[in-house]
Amino acid sequence: MTHLELAADHGHRVAKERLDASPLAIRGLTVSYGEKPAVFSVDATIEDGSMTAIIGPNGAGKSTLLKAALGVIKPLSGTVTVHGKPLESARGRIAYVPQRASIDWDFPARVIDVVLMGLYRELGMIARVTGAHRRKALDCLERVGMGDFAHRQIGQLSGGQQQRVFLARALAQDADLYLLDEPFAGVDAATEKAIIDVLKALKAQGRTVVAVHHDLATITDYFDHVFLINVRKVAEGPVATTFTAETLQKAYGGRLATAQIEDLELGAG
Amino acid sequence: MSGEEFVPLSLVPILIGTFTAIACALPGNFLVLRKQALIGDAISHVVLPGIVVAFLVTGTLGTWPMMIGAGLAAIVAVILIEAIRRLGRIETGAAMGVVFTSMFAAGVLLLERSDTSTVHLDVEHALMGNLESLIWLDADGWASLLDPVALEGLPPELSRIFLTMLGVAAFLWLFWRPLKISTFDESFAEGLGIRTGALGMALVIVSAIAAVAAFDAVGSIIVIAMFICPPAAARLMTDRLEAQIAWSVGFATLSAVLGYVLAGYGPLWLGGDNAVSAAGMIATLSGCILALAVLFGPKRSRIGAPTEG
Repeated sequence: MTHLELAADHGHRVAKERLDASPLAIRGLTVSYGEKPAVFSVDATIEDGSMTAIIGPNGAGKSTLLKAALGVIKPLSGTVTVHGKPLESARGRIAYVPQRASIDWDFPARVIDVVLMGLYRELGMIARVTGAHRRKALDCLERVGMGDFAHRQIGQLSGGQQQRVFLARALAQDADLYLLDEPFAGVDAATEKAIIDVLKALKAQGRTVVAVHHDLATITDYFDHVFLINVRKVAEGPVATTFTAETLQKAYGGRLATAQIEDLELGAG
Repeated sequence: MSGEEFVPLSLVPILIGTFTAIACALPGNFLVLRKQALIGDAISHVVLPGIVVAFLVTGTLGTWPMMIGAGLAAIVAVILIEAIRRLGRIETGAAMGVVFTSMFAAGVLLLERSDTSTVHLDVEHALMGNLESLIWLDADGWASLLDPVALEGLPPELSRIFLTMLGVAAFLWLFWRPLKISTFDESFAEGLGIRTGALGMALVIVSAIAAVAAFDAVGSIIVIAMFICPPAAARLMTDRLEAQIAWSVGFATLSAVLGYVLAGYGPLWLGGDNAVSAAGMIATLSGCILALAVLFGPKRSRIGAPTEG
């Protein structure tokens, strides 16, 4: 074996190790809704046990990236692996919280019915819901501070309460990887606090959290990693080194004034 | 009313009406929640050209050619609707409106231009069916229900629609959980690994089977009404999907039984001398029940109401 071949082999092995360690590794992902790609040739390697914020301007493909990573939208090309294994074999390890606004909340269901949906992979199609399942669902509601609302019709909830119910449903999935699409959009301060506390508790248990996020002012408080995207990937890495004026300028272009960037609590980079 | 009169003349039509109503109302619950309620309307309209073409090809009004023709027409319609929706990038409702009116109109033209004078096939029959003619001549009282010879003479429509109803119920029971999850939150269902596209298609196919089997027995008016009215009224009675299904079955049964009786005897009570169309009365009654639910249902006025907090 020549030196060159050895080096290539070594590089391959390192790449494979990184892939196997990552709870969500995306390679060459391209998604298009029409003529123009919404996400173009994106690679992402989410750090195990991290709290990663996906940030970028409106229409940058943040939600699309999340949905395509889960197979909710079929990508034109690209692969997704979960700890090195194909997505399909690892679905039970992933919990997904879609955007609250994408749902018709007039659906005839109570809060507890929605949380029980999180137990689908555990229950399968036929198995009966038992008292233990209900207790588990109630416990998840308690964790987001919604224990008293179990028997409310979901249409009667405020936006923040709906978001907490969605989070409780994800908790019921008992996953290793939590993917959240704008969990803080349009929620009250109390809900934002409740949600971030739950997410931080998940991280403390060694689970990985990935969230599409809009509020750049809270990035350093809430997250330890960022992924910047504007159709193409701009940067990814720890907040301390990657959440910088330079990468933000690159991702947002002129849409983020220099003065705004100066106000942010940025990484050291 | 004595059993001697009721069993041969009214029992079978009432049962067929009830089974039809339930077979359509069950999938209708999901269609209404998915805002696809017009699918039932579309299918029951496009069945007409299918039946006319089947008649022109085979020259008979046999059940199987009719069912196959109707089924093929329903499939053509579903494909056309999907194609128009995707190519034209318009909403499903508009695509359905275009397809089912055109196909129904084509069916009427075909019917008019072809020689069907020798057989019982006309627009009125397609719309109203002929529930009243599905009588059980071999019966002479309640005892006939236990008489194997008399049971042989039951109209074949009865067992067909009964089996269809059981099949529809079995589909909903088996796929209850994935249907419920994907109707409420499609992205989440996809994330769980539920094949929402295939499931949605299966729901439409099951609805089509119910519509075609029902059309065979009772015509398209009942089908259209039963896909929408009982589920919509049921939604206004409860905030739980399980209870909504039960209410819709109850409303469907009530419409069918009461509608048949009112059509047969109502005009006599009012001093008239002939009965009105049972199918028309059953459909009208289901609309009245919906109207009452809109006015007095405990869970009405939800849609568009501001949420508190």
